[in-house]
Amino acid sequence: MKSATQRGGGVILLSFVVALALTIMPLPGTLEALRPEWVIMVLVYWVMALPQRIGVGIAWILGLLLDVVRDALLGQYAIALALIAFIVINLHQRMRVFPIWQQALALALLVILQYILVFWIKGMTGELPSFWKMLLPAVSTLVFWTPVYLVLRQIRRRYQLS
Amino acid sequence: MLLLILLSVALMTMDHRTSYIHTIRSGIAVVVYPLQYAVNLPAELIGWASNTFVSRDELQKQNAELRTQNTLLKAQLQKLTFIEAENIHLRELLQSSRRAGERILIAELLAVDLDPYRKQIVIDKGSNHDDLYVGQPLIDAQGVMGKLTHVTPFSSTAQLITDPNHAVPVQVNRNGLRAVAIGTGEDSVELRHLPNNADIQRGDLLVSSGLGCVYPAGYPVATVTDVTTNPSLPFAEIIAEPVARLQRSREVLLVWPALANLPEMENPCEAHKRREEK
Repeated sequence: MKSATQRGGGVILLSFVVALALTIMPLPGTLEALRPEWVIMVLVYWVMALPQRIGVGIAWILGLLLDVVRDALLGQYAIALALIAFIVINLHQRMRVFPIWQQALALALLVILQYILVFWIKGMTGELPSFWKMLLPAVSTLVFWTPVYLVLRQIRRRYQLS
Repeated sequence: MLLLILLSVALMTMDHRTSYIHTIRSGIAVVVYPLQYAVNLPAELIGWASNTFVSRDELQKQNAELRTQNTLLKAQLQKLTFIEAENIHLRELLQSSRRAGERILIAELLAVDLDPYRKQIVIDKGSNHDDLYVGQPLIDAQGVMGKLTHVTPFSSTAQLITDPNHAVPVQVNRNGLRAVAIGTGEDSVELRHLPNNADIQRGDLLVSSGLGCVYPAGYPVATVTDVTTNPSLPFAEIIAEPVARLQRSREVLLVWPALANLPEMENPCEAHKRREEK
């Protein structure tokens, strides 16, 4: 039993690393505003699939890495990702049986939630970006959820992570 | 969950208000540096490939071009050495401060994207390479680019002059009118709080005035592209475009400004620095 719960940590870690790399991958100017939130997508998938392994703590550490990678105020993405993980853990049984487009919609809402938090924190520290620009990644995340979901599910089945 | 939220809030407050958190950030930055390196690798490879597989003709052409340019620059430099010597001499006659030379280090950009709502870049030099410091000015071959905001062992982050949180004290090269150029978040800067009748026009070159004790005086910052005067508003709206190629430069120069050595009076920049350190 124990070995089954410990297996595949490397694969999960690798998926997070790839998500972080995609987050800082340079994109041409106009596409940059449309960059999907890769880290949230991968995090939500793993929390949904393996809530007993990937929890709020891992989400928080991941957020801290995201803070440093994006050179944001230390802790702002950490708090957002921890909150997202918390919500998904509470709803994972419901979200698992959603059809995929409904999952994507829920995910877009979570991305917007993250941006509201980040927007709020930025507003308090005195740097206010345009709010509508912040909604674009929610749209692209919505679009990219299906392929990401299918790929990650394939990986999970292949390595029989549970 | 509550604990983590409290921890995040504590971290954010400390990061915003104090500089104690700096060591934690450096620690994490070392962990993510391989990631930045890996993401930068394709750009590096493309650069290497285009350098390696270039035809002989092209190289020869480039070589000839560079040689002409070199001759031209050298000719200008001859004059410059003479003028500099003369300048030092005249300043000595006037018994005023002498501007010593500035130390410069070349760094390369890492091709990584940061927070999309701010104008920032990452460079491949950190505290392991040289004594970089937070607030150090960054220029390219054309003009001022920005200043360092975080220095970690292997890489550093810099804020560009177009960042909305960035301001650089400038003066108009033509008549010495002082102003502050604030980033707009787009690819331009604006001069705020200049009256409608200020003597400024399209095409004016703005150079750093050296007043903020961050940027050394005399480096080109931006050229004025648009002056709108509306009598119903208290100030003119002045937009200027940075001279530095912020989006295109791959090599940047880190400058250690030489603080003017005033013999008797206390140097204002030194005093400012000491206050900052306290």
